[in-house]
Amino acid sequence: MSTRIKRALLLLAAFALLPVSLLSCAGDTEPSTGETASAVSGELSNGGSVTVGISQDLDSLDPHKTANAGTREVLFNIFEGLMKASPDGGVIPAVASDYEISEDGKVYTFTLREGVKFHDGSDVTLEDVLYSLERCAGSENDGVPLITAFSNVESITSDDQGRVVITLLEPSLEFLNSMTAQIIPAGSGSTQATNPVGTGPFRFVSYTPQSSLVVERFDDYWGEAAHLESVTFQIVSDTNTLVMGLNGGTLDMVIHMPNTMASSIDESFTVLTDTMKLVQALYINNAVEPFDDVRVRQAMYYAIDVEEIIDFVCDGAGVPTGTSMYPAFTKYFVPELAEVYQQDLDKAKELLAEAGYPDGFSMTITVPSNYPQHVDTGLVIAQQLSQVGITAEVVEVTWETWYSDVYRGREYETTVCGVAASDMTAREMLARYVSDNSKNFINFSNAEYDDVVARAIATMDMDEQVALYQQAQEILNTEAASLWIQDLCDLVVMRPELDGMTFYATYVLDMSTIYYQ
Amino acid sequence: MKKRSWYFTCGMGLTAFMLLYIVVGFFWTPCDPTALSSADKLAAPSAAHIFGCDHLGRDVFSRTLAGAGTTLVIALAVVAVGFVFGLIIGALCGYYGGVLDSVVMRLCDAITAFPSILLAMVVIAITGAGTYNVIAALGVLFIPSFARLTRGEFIKYRERDFVKAAKLAHVSDLRILFVHILPNTWPVLLSGLTIGFNNAVLSEASMSFLGIGVGPSEASLGRMLSEGQSVLLSAPWCTFFPALVIILLVLGVGLLGEAARERIG
Repeated sequence: MSTRIKRALLLLAAFALLPVSLLSCAGDTEPSTGETASAVSGELSNGGSVTVGISQDLDSLDPHKTANAGTREVLFNIFEGLMKASPDGGVIPAVASDYEISEDGKVYTFTLREGVKFHDGSDVTLEDVLYSLERCAGSENDGVPLITAFSNVESITSDDQGRVVITLLEPSLEFLNSMTAQIIPAGSGSTQATNPVGTGPFRFVSYTPQSSLVVERFDDYWGEAAHLESVTFQIVSDTNTLVMGLNGGTLDMVIHMPNTMASSIDESFTVLTDTMKLVQALYINNAVEPFDDVRVRQAMYYAIDVEEIIDFVCDGAGVPTGTSMYPAFTKYFVPELAEVYQQDLDKAKELLAEAGYPDGFSMTITVPSNYPQHVDTGLVIAQQLSQVGITAEVVEVTWETWYSDVYRGREYETTVCGVAASDMTAREMLARYVSDNSKNFINFSNAEYDDVVARAIATMDMDEQVALYQQAQEILNTEAASLWIQDLCDLVVMRPELDGMTFYATYVLDMSTIYYQ
Repeated sequence: MKKRSWYFTCGMGLTAFMLLYIVVGFFWTPCDPTALSSADKLAAPSAAHIFGCDHLGRDVFSRTLAGAGTTLVIALAVVAVGFVFGLIIGALCGYYGGVLDSVVMRLCDAITAFPSILLAMVVIAITGAGTYNVIAALGVLFIPSFARLTRGEFIKYRERDFVKAAKLAHVSDLRILFVHILPNTWPVLLSGLTIGFNNAVLSEASMSFLGIGVGPSEASLGRMLSEGQSVLLSAPWCTFFPALVIILLVLGVGLLGEAARERIG
């Protein structure tokens, strides 16, 4: 008698019983996505601790050296710059109390706020600020700026009134956003990675790699103090474990919960819908045939149904964009552009025939395999394109291959991915389409567009800049440079007793406003 | 006549059923296994979709029919590659021995020393995913186990009297290898084949599960498990049914192998 067979039979029996237990777990919960039910604000109480589930480990605790948006989002609670992000997508004074920008847009002057303290108890001095900014500009990195925008800095000095004066090489309206560069105590650069010290509403307590980051309320915070006593960021990479943690009570809150998981979460939890602050699109290599013909790109845009894609991958909760700008940039976003290409198969076929492809053609959609949402979007698009005779094959590659071949190497036909603004500026979203931009993996080239974007960057008039950026988006849309789909939905799930979640237009998680009712 | 073992009866029954299932899947599926439908997203098993639907509204029953076929074809191809090369290498090494044997066997040891999935992942990372690359990567990894098995058998037989007699009669080496010795090794090789087949099915499933197997447009059992993972709690049918098909397929062939082993005694 073989023990192997016995074992196999046992396994089979165990597996046969599995769905029974799973089904009883799932219960009769109705899918509850899209529910933005914020409970009625009750009595606000200070104190308490919260464990937040985050899906990826932190790449560094040194605020100037993190490359990861997920890390920056968490460190937002510990560090502040002269300015800090505000919920509407702009920046507001933080360590600085006031600022001035010279008429030519080249000289930024910041007045330091009185009474700002570091977590170690010392006061923030001019020396600390100058040290931090110089470090960002590369003083401890052989002159290579740690934050890209600082390559535009000519000098960082102070004036006789104790103000910080930053002079730029080229005028820039958007440099103010870069002043969210975190302020740290002078000389602390080498210890930040192990013992981060900042000025934010929470101070660092402990960090265990691949496990958790613990922070507690900083009582000497200059602004409005946080409500919670302490926050633990628990690193849980598996989404099923996240759900079990919530249902089982080990997690109080989860950010970036995939919408497919929403139906597995206990009904009593509060589910808040947000967007990811990126633009998901079918990015087309404009330099290869047949995509170098604008009619082909337009035909493809008319052939797809954006609403249906959003229904498939986001249960309808994504926001259509229609351009390379996500809606959280309210100032620049043009919602009408999302309406331009409504699915129209006849028009698509007409355009294809005009371009010389009456019977369609074959193409590939390269997708990074670690992003199921992009893979699924690729499959839906392939099905939609088949209606006008275009045969699209979805090819999955690893993230590393995608990054080197598609993004850096630009060797692809089309790809589905999400593009975000790493420096949180609208300019980043549009400059990507300028002919000679190093990040222009779309290979889009349009002289009029280049001119409009150049003028927008150069101008010092905010209204004119907005108008020019909007004009640039219209050109992109008309040219159908990419088939922009949506800003993906993003769920925040919290225990019903919690409230006070503030959504930001940029990739930030503010724990200081969260409280127990 | 010896009474048939229940291993053989069960194994044969199960395998026949699975083969029928797969053959049906080649010619007919109730729905298009790749057709998406937003209305049927994560629909529970019902009369229209007896195994339910996955997160893109694809019919799970149709996908297991088509996917089992994909998995079977890949597993057979992998075993074929591994077996043919393994047989030739093992036969030569076992029969001749000497330096060639030592070198080739150490090479096999080296390949076996790596976890097979890891090695397959490296190969796929270099060549890119896709059905043929999966077959090639796994096929190469299956060579050592077959080579070792064959080598052992050939060493056993090369000193037997009937082989010595053939040598004295100036029969060519090739004839001795494949006409005189090989038929004697079939029982052992056959049971090795069934184990190899099962390992190939599971390896394909593992690779597709890890997202380095067949492409997303195709249905494969491992891929279905991987896709169903994120809805494991809310829609268990997306993973349960493909898993059941894998288990039945592997169990049936495993029982057959056990029967073959029992016969050898």
